[in-house]
Amino acid sequence: MVKARINGITVKVPEGTTILDAAHKVQIKIPTLCKHPDLRATGACGVCIVKIKGSQKMVRACCTPLEENMEITTHDPEIVAVRRSVIELILSRHPNECLTCGRNQNCELQKLASDFGVRRESFPQYLPDIKPDTSTGTIVLEPRKCISCGRCITVCQEMQNVWALSMLERGIDTRISPAGDISLADSPCVNCGQCSAHCPTGAIFENDETAKVWQALQDENKYCIVEIAPAVRVAIGEAFGLPLGQNCTGKLYTALRRMGFEAVFDTNFGADVTIVEEAHEFVERFVHKKGALPLITSCCPAWVDFMEKFYPDMIEHFSSCKSPHQIVGVLSKTYYARKKRLDPANAYVVSVMPCTAKKYEIKRSGEMFASGHQDIDVSITTRELGRMIKQAGIDFASLPDEESDHILGEYSGAGTIFGVTGGVMEAALRTAYDYITGGKLKNIDFENVRGLAGVKEGAVPVGSHTVKVAVAHGLRNVEAVLSKVRLAKARGEEPPYHFIEVMACPGGCVGGGGQPYGVTDELRVKRGKGLYKDDEAHTMRYSHENPWVKKVYQDFLGEPLGTKAKELLHAAYKARPEYKK
Amino acid sequence: MESTKEMSVKDQVKAIAGQWRDREGNLIMILHQIQGKFGYVPREVALLLSRELDVPLATIYEVITFYNYFKLEKPGKYNIAVCMGTACYLKGASQILDAVKDLLNIDEGETTPDGMFRLDAVRCLGCCGLAPVIMINDRIYGKVKKEQVMEILAAYKKNKE
Repeated sequence: MVKARINGITVKVPEGTTILDAAHKVQIKIPTLCKHPDLRATGACGVCIVKIKGSQKMVRACCTPLEENMEITTHDPEIVAVRRSVIELILSRHPNECLTCGRNQNCELQKLASDFGVRRESFPQYLPDIKPDTSTGTIVLEPRKCISCGRCITVCQEMQNVWALSMLERGIDTRISPAGDISLADSPCVNCGQCSAHCPTGAIFENDETAKVWQALQDENKYCIVEIAPAVRVAIGEAFGLPLGQNCTGKLYTALRRMGFEAVFDTNFGADVTIVEEAHEFVERFVHKKGALPLITSCCPAWVDFMEKFYPDMIEHFSSCKSPHQIVGVLSKTYYARKKRLDPANAYVVSVMPCTAKKYEIKRSGEMFASGHQDIDVSITTRELGRMIKQAGIDFASLPDEESDHILGEYSGAGTIFGVTGGVMEAALRTAYDYITGGKLKNIDFENVRGLAGVKEGAVPVGSHTVKVAVAHGLRNVEAVLSKVRLAKARGEEPPYHFIEVMACPGGCVGGGGQPYGVTDELRVKRGKGLYKDDEAHTMRYSHENPWVKKVYQDFLGEPLGTKAKELLHAAYKARPEYKK
Repeated sequence: MESTKEMSVKDQVKAIAGQWRDREGNLIMILHQIQGKFGYVPREVALLLSRELDVPLATIYEVITFYNYFKLEKPGKYNIAVCMGTACYLKGASQILDAVKDLLNIDEGETTPDGMFRLDAVRCLGCCGLAPVIMINDRIYGKVKKEQVMEILAAYKKNKE
């Protein structure tokens, strides 16, 4: 332990604790800009400078460890003046476009400028002439607004191991770009959007497609259908000041109906269908030895893209089952349209996702048009929906709860935990256990696949078998798991796991790239808890026991993995180049 | 023909990378040698190098663009540097620069379509007594007058085979 004094207050912290974290322990808030709780400190911005008694220079609190007997001053008029100058210098390279910026009122730089009472432009402005990159259709890169804090670079390179973004040039010419100024769409970018969730300003943000949705809602010839992903319900409340992690499912249904959607469905129904298909796939491979093990989940489109670019040798291991939102999409335009005597050409399906990669997924391959039309017309993020609800003049926080529309809105507890890391595995194990043993699990809460450890492993006794599982989230954690699989394959040994779940974003979809800003592990846990509570509150906690899922199979789909199911609910994968240019 | 040429670039990259394998800080040394060989770092070579060294392309470009020394574009046969340092500037270097631009029909940082000339404006070539100065490859031309530019370039244009 290290003992020191910060602003005269004695503090005792473990060795290696930064001045920033130590100050937090004694209720002192040192302002920061480049530092994010998820990421290692880079010391790029200089806003967190503090004084150490006996030292001439000011140091950055985010990357200076507290030492024994240090006497730190975090706030005095000189320090505040220096911080203000740092902010003014940053502003001299940042356009004054707050009112028309996607991060208006959500921007960390704007907040600092406001807190420090910056009232003038103290330095002449220099703005680089770099055009926005809209090539992906998922996220927009606007390097003019970049303050070179480096967060997106650390996210893309270290947290996600994608290396699509780099920091090119130096000094005043420093800029974010894929290697060699190619477009993001030609780079290895997997559209996870974690860069946009971590950017402190408006330099990276989701491709706003709310106008398309409004247009469809206004179109009398369109029958508008909406579905909400599991993780959206426990995060949307943040946009309206509701407690963190509060489950807003009922309010969401009400709000969407009031916005004009004629059918309000739930992606969780699709999750239940995914589990039925995927658990059958697992049984085929595990019990009947038909197909490669381990089976790897494929409901995360950023992960699918990552696999196709970096691990194409794993294609045979991937579940061919589509993601839940695609399943609700295709069933909306086939099963539901037929039931409603609706021309699927006039059905317009909107999915609300915690995710930017879903915007890519809806057109990623021919199978996403299995209904004969584009199964999902547009996918918007939680952030976009938050803005739409505000534009619609809906007092979200006070809304009464409503029910979803029948049948594609009915879900089990297993479906809802898809939104948190380990959830798909847990849901699949519950169903697979039943399929393999014909019996029910005593304890259906699989604690060892829950939580925020980057890689979680477990061995689950299933009848006379043991199912070895691994769960990874945050793409940097994939390597540890898949390298073991590759090694075993190369040596012709038994696979180290039978079933692997991967989610691209840390925490799973609750920490998705399209979720409300300000994500930290604390928030990920709170949102996750909201989903586990939703699961516990359901009497129906097995996907395959969802009576409405059974009915759709009986009336329409036939057998799981059958001809119709294969045609509508499955997809294929192919190796894709990391760089198109 | 095309594929043998491709192979040879690949082999050259492999050979250079091989010399520096597993040595700390090898990327810069390798890039130096690559540029020595090709005159710049072609994208094709950077991509090969990324695979060969198992270093992300992002890192390679971060290094290349950090240092002015490394070039991403093919240099011309003749590289013209027009000095815009203080002394040259005061002696009318901007008119010299304009004259070169007009005659070659290219801008600063560009290469003529035939690959003959590349034009750069630089800061101080270190011979202010000769201002205004231009340098073509390794040869210095001092006290240049606007009217002489055409004549100087013509001598190089003649060398075009």
